[in-house]
Amino acid sequence: MSDATAQPPKAVEGALGFIDERLGSTTFFKRNVKKVFPDHWSFMLGEIALYSFIILLLTGTFLTLWFKPSMVEVVYDGSYTKLNGVQMSEAYASTLHITFDVRGGLLMRQIHHWAAILFMASILAHMLRVFFTGAYRKPRELNWLIGIGMFTLGMLEGLFGYSLPDDLLSGTGLRITQGVAESIPLVGTYIYMFLFGGEFPGTEIIPRLYMLHILLIPGLILGMVTAHMMIMWHQKHTAMPTQKQTEEQVYGYPFYPVFMAKTGAYFLFTFGVLALMGAFVQINPIWLFGPYDPGAISAGSQPDWYMGVLEGALRIMPNWEVTAWGHTVSFNVLIPALVPLGILFGGAAAWPFVEAWVTGDRRLHHVNTRPRNAPVRTATGMAAVTFYGLLWLAGANDVIADKFHLSLFATTWFFRVAIFVGTFLAFVITKRICLGLQRKDADTISHGVESGVILMSPDGRYSERHEPARAEESTVILSKENARPEAPSRDANGIPAPDTKGPLGHLRSRLARAWTFDDIPIEPHDGGHGHDEVEAGKEPKQLSH
Amino acid sequence: MKRFTAWRRRPWAGYAVVLAALAAIGVIYAGFSPQTDRAEAEGTAQAAQDLANGKQLFNKNCASCHGLNAEGTKDAKGKPIAPSLIGVGAASVDFQVGTGRMPAMNPGAQMPRKEPIPPFNTEIKTDYEEKEKREAAEKQKAQAEKNLEDLSAYIASLGGGPEIPPASATDPSKGNVALGGKLFRTNCAQCHNFTGQGGALTGGKYAPPLSHSDVTPTQIYEAMLTGPQAMPVFNDTTLTPQDKQAIIAYLVQTREEPNPGGNGLGRIGPVSEGLAGWLIGLGLLVLAAMWITAKKPKKLKKS
Amino acid sequence: MSDDNKETAGSAEPREGGTPGRVIGTPSPARDKALLAEEEYPAPAGAGEQLDEASAKRAERIVAAFFLLAFAGSVAFIAYYIGWSGRDGGMHGVTRARESNFWLGGMMALSFLALAAGVTIWVRRLMTSKPIVQERHELAADAETRAAFAADFVQGAEDSGITKRPLLRRTLLLAAAPLGLAPLVLLRDLGPLPEKRLRHTFWGEAVKKAQAEGKKGVRLVVDGTNKPLRVADFSSPGGMITVLPEGLEEDVPEEQALTQTAKAVTILINIPEDEFKPAKGRENWHVNGIVAYSKICTHVGCPAALYEQTTHHILCPCHQSTFDATDAAKVVFGPAARPLPQLPLAVEDGYLVATSDYHEPIGPSFWERG
Repeated sequence: MSDATAQPPKAVEGALGFIDERLGSTTFFKRNVKKVFPDHWSFMLGEIALYSFIILLLTGTFLTLWFKPSMVEVVYDGSYTKLNGVQMSEAYASTLHITFDVRGGLLMRQIHHWAAILFMASILAHMLRVFFTGAYRKPRELNWLIGIGMFTLGMLEGLFGYSLPDDLLSGTGLRITQGVAESIPLVGTYIYMFLFGGEFPGTEIIPRLYMLHILLIPGLILGMVTAHMMIMWHQKHTAMPTQKQTEEQVYGYPFYPVFMAKTGAYFLFTFGVLALMGAFVQINPIWLFGPYDPGAISAGSQPDWYMGVLEGALRIMPNWEVTAWGHTVSFNVLIPALVPLGILFGGAAAWPFVEAWVTGDRRLHHVNTRPRNAPVRTATGMAAVTFYGLLWLAGANDVIADKFHLSLFATTWFFRVAIFVGTFLAFVITKRICLGLQRKDADTISHGVESGVILMSPDGRYSERHEPARAEESTVILSKENARPEAPSRDANGIPAPDTKGPLGHLRSRLARAWTFDDIPIEPHDGGHGHDEVEAGKEPKQLSH
Repeated sequence: MKRFTAWRRRPWAGYAVVLAALAAIGVIYAGFSPQTDRAEAEGTAQAAQDLANGKQLFNKNCASCHGLNAEGTKDAKGKPIAPSLIGVGAASVDFQVGTGRMPAMNPGAQMPRKEPIPPFNTEIKTDYEEKEKREAAEKQKAQAEKNLEDLSAYIASLGGGPEIPPASATDPSKGNVALGGKLFRTNCAQCHNFTGQGGALTGGKYAPPLSHSDVTPTQIYEAMLTGPQAMPVFNDTTLTPQDKQAIIAYLVQTREEPNPGGNGLGRIGPVSEGLAGWLIGLGLLVLAAMWITAKKPKKLKKS
Repeated sequence: MSDDNKETAGSAEPREGGTPGRVIGTPSPARDKALLAEEEYPAPAGAGEQLDEASAKRAERIVAAFFLLAFAGSVAFIAYYIGWSGRDGGMHGVTRARESNFWLGGMMALSFLALAAGVTIWVRRLMTSKPIVQERHELAADAETRAAFAADFVQGAEDSGITKRPLLRRTLLLAAAPLGLAPLVLLRDLGPLPEKRLRHTFWGEAVKKAQAEGKKGVRLVVDGTNKPLRVADFSSPGGMITVLPEGLEEDVPEEQALTQTAKAVTILINIPEDEFKPAKGRENWHVNGIVAYSKICTHVGCPAALYEQTTHHILCPCHQSTFDATDAAKVVFGPAARPLPQLPLAVEDGYLVATSDYHEPIGPSFWERG
C-alpha cells in the first residue's frame, strides 16, 4: 500500500542526504532497490553456502579465542578426567579445554564443523543445479569458474581445519597428506620437508595450517564470494523457463522488501538448522579419538565427506609402482590423487567453453534449460555424479563391509568395476530418459493432454478427449530449443565449411552431431483444439470425468 | 585300644588315614582361606564329579566337531574343520561358550556372538514376579554357570592353558584409564575402532563391537588372553594383567560415558557425520527453501 | 466441464497425465500456473496487493507469536548461561558439557528457527509487494564505445612509450623477473632438505649405541608401557604387539619423540614356526617365528596393524593394503606396492633385540627411494 509519491519521513530523508552528498550513492540505490529476483527453491542452495560461510567466520573467530595452535607436548590435567596424565599437544589440550571448560565451546565447535560440512554440501548441490539447468552458459562462465575455485579451496580449508585439533583422526589425515605429498615425482620429498618443517609430524605443521586455515584461505574464499555475488548481481539471476521469464526480461519479487526478507529468513533458517545440529547431533568427538600418536590408528578412519572421493580413489587403486634408474614413481598414489578430481574439476571448468565450441552457440543465455532438453549435458552430468558418488562410497567401503556383512575385498573389486561400468551406464540411461521425456513433451504439444473425459462415438467406441496443454505448461515445454539442421560440411562448390576443416574441425562437427542427432523436435501446434478422436464423433456423449 | 590297633591293620586303613588327614587339612585350610578353597574342601570326589559333568557336556555339545578327545578334526582333504582344544585353557572355553560363539551353528567366515545354548546360558532372565518362575530361572542360571565351569575345567584338564581371570583382575574401576586409552588405541582400535564399535576385516571377517554392555570385562580379558578367531593373542607377559585392566577400564568407561554433543551417530566417525549433514542439514534447509519460495496463499487477498 | 477437469486430468493414470513429470531443477508447472492465474501481467511497479484485513490481522498475530517465541528462546539462552551454567564453579567434564550444550544449543536453535519462521510468514502473508518485470540489460557495450576504449588503450600504451622503446620494456621485464622469484627464495627455510633423513630410523641409532656398549643390539620395548620383551614373554603363537626401540623415551628430546616414533614404530608378531617362511637372506632375522615389521604402511603411511592370527594377514585400516606376515610381509591385496620392511631380530640374555636398522626406507615411496 506504499504510495510512491508520499514524502519519506525526515529521518530517512536525512540519512539518505548525508550519504548521497558524500558518496553520490542514491542513483545506485534507486537502480537496485527494486532489483528483481526470480523465485525457485533450488536458487537458494547457493545461499546456504554463503550463510554457512558467514557462520563459519563467526564461530571460527570464537574458537580462536581459546585454541592454541601449538605442538608443544603437555601433560593433560583437566576436566575430561579420562585423559588426565596423558601426554598430548597443546593444540589437542586446548581443544579439550574449549569442549569441556568453555561454556558454549562445544556448541560452537559443533556448529563450526556442521557448518563446514553443510558449506561444502551446499556448494556441490548448487553446482549441480547450475550444471543441469545450463546456468553456467555465457555470460556466466566466470562465476562457474569462481565456484569451482571456491569448492577446491573449501576442500583444502576443510582438510586443514580437520587437522588442527591434533587428535588421532586428524593426525591420520595429515599422515596420508604427507604420504601423498611424498609420492610426487622429483620434488615430493622437498615438498614434504618444507610443508612439515622437517620429518612428520615435527612441530611446525599445526601452526602453519592454522595460519592457512584462519587467514589465507578464508581470505581468498571471501574475495571469491564477493566477486561471485557482485557478478551475479550485475548479470541478474537466471530464471526457470516460464511464461514471464524470457531472455530479455526477468520476473519476480523486488529485492526490497521481499527478497531481502526472504534471504534474511533463510540466513536465520541456516543458523537455526546448524544450531539444531550443534545441539543435538554430535560431531567430531575428539575426546574419544585421543591425542595423535603415530603408532595408533582406528578402524574406519575416514576424512570428512568432501575428501571421501580422494580416499575412495586411493582405496580402489591397484598397486602400480615403477622403479627404474634409481627412481620410484608411485602411480598407486599419484593417479588416485590427481586423476579423478582432475577429470571432474578440469572437466567442469572446461565444460562451458567446450559446449559452446561444439554447439557453436555464442549467444547469451538467461533462461535455464530443462535438463531433458540437453540430453548429452544431462547424461554427462549424471555420469560425473555417478563417478563421484561411487568413489565417495568406495571411501567408506570398510564401513559398508562392516555394516552390511560383506567381504572387504569384494567391495573393493565391486568399486573397481563399477567406477567404469556405472559411469557408462549412467550416461546411457540418463540420455534415454531425457529423450523419452522429450518424446512425451512432443506428444503433449501435438496431441494435447488427457482430459479425463471419456467419449462414446456413435458406433459405440470409447475414447478419451484430449485437450491442448495449458498455456503455462506449453510455454515450459516449448522452451526447448530444437536442434538446428546441421550446416552442410561442404557448400555447393565443394569447399568445406570454415569450422569443419582440419582434424579439430572434424572432431567439432562429429561432436556437434552427437550433441543433437537424436533430438526430438517439439513444434508449437497450430491446429488448436482439433483432435481426431473428438472430431470423429459428432455428438459425443459424456460419460464421466 | 585293642580294637583300634586291629582296625589299624586292616588293608584300607592307610587310605582312611590319608583321607582323614586330607579332610583335616582341607577343613583347616578352608578355615584360613575361605575364598580359594571350595574344591579342595569338598574334596577330590566333587572335583572328579565336576570333571565328569564337563566331559559329558563336551561329548554332547562339542565332540562332534572337535573330536572325542578334543584333538580337532579335519575334512577329507586334510583341511581342519575344528581346531584341537588341548591347551586352549579354561579362559578360551569360558569366552567361546559364554558368548555363544561355540557351539557354532553353521561354519562361516567367523562365528558370531549369539545367545548361548540353554545349558550354558548364564544371561537368562531371573527377575520374575512369580516365586516359582523366579526360583526355576535362578536354578537354571546356577546350573548354567556350573556347566560352564565344569566344561572349562574339563578342557583345562586336557592340557592346561590360560585360566579364567579372577574378578579382581577385571574390575574396571581399578584400572588406569589413561594408560588403557593409550594401549587401546595402539593395539586394539585398529580393528575395534576408537570407541569399540568394531570394524571390517578381510574375507567377511570382522572385529566385533565391544560397546555393548553384554561384553563383560571378563570376556574382554579372556579375548585378549586367548585371541579368539582372527584376533591376535596378548598374553599376560606382553600386556600385564594391570595393562589389561587398564584397557578394560578405558573401554567400560568409554561406553558408559554419555555423548555431550547430542546423538553420537554410532560413534563411528565422519561417515555417519557426512550422511547426517547431507540428509538432515541439507534436507531441512531444502524444505525451508521450498516454503520460502512457495506461492503465496490465496486466502489473504481481497477479492 | 470446468477448469478443474484440467487439474484432475489423468489422475487415474498419473504417468500419462497432462502435467509432465518434474525433473530436478525445473519449476513445477502447476505452481506457476496458480501463481500466474491470479496476477496481473506485468504488475505496475509500486502497486501493492490488497490484503483481507481480517486474515492479515490473524497472520500478524501468528508472526508476533513466533517473534515472542524467539525472544523467549534467546532470553532463556542468556538466563541459562548466567543463572545455571556457572553453578558449582562452572562447566567441568562430560555431564555438564552435555547439559550446557543441550540448553544453549537448543535455545539458540529455537530462537533462530522461530525468528526465521516468523519472517517467512510475514513475507508470505503480510507483504503486499507484487512481482514485477524488469529488463535484462545488454551486458556488452556497443561497438562504438568498445572501439573508443580500445583506441584509448592503444593510445595510452603509445603515449607511455612502452611499445616503441624496447630497451625500456626489456629491462623492466628483466628487473621484474628476479623480484618475482624473491618470495620463493624466502621460503627456503620452511624446512630442511630431505638428504638421507628418510633412509634411517631411530633403530639405527639405538643399535649403534648398544653395540658400542658391546651388546648385540637394542631391546624391544612395548609401546605404551616401555616394558622390554623377553622371548619367553612373547611366546604365545598368534601374539602381536607394537614395539619401539629401548631408549626412545629417554634419549630423544621431547619435541622429537613423536617424529622418531613415527618412523620407528614396529609390530612384533609371533607366527607358529611351521607356518613361517623366512625370506632369502633373512633366515636368521626371526626368533622362533617371532618377526618384526615396520608398522608404517608402504602406501601412504598409516599404521598397518590389523593382524589376523588365522590368515596371518596384516591389513592397513586406511586403504586396506594387505600384507602376508608369513611371507616377508609381501602385498596380497590393496594399493600398496611394496612389502613392509622387516627388522632383523635376535636374542640377547633372553631379551628380544634388534640387530640393525631397517635395511630399506620405511613408509611411503618417494622419488629418490630407488
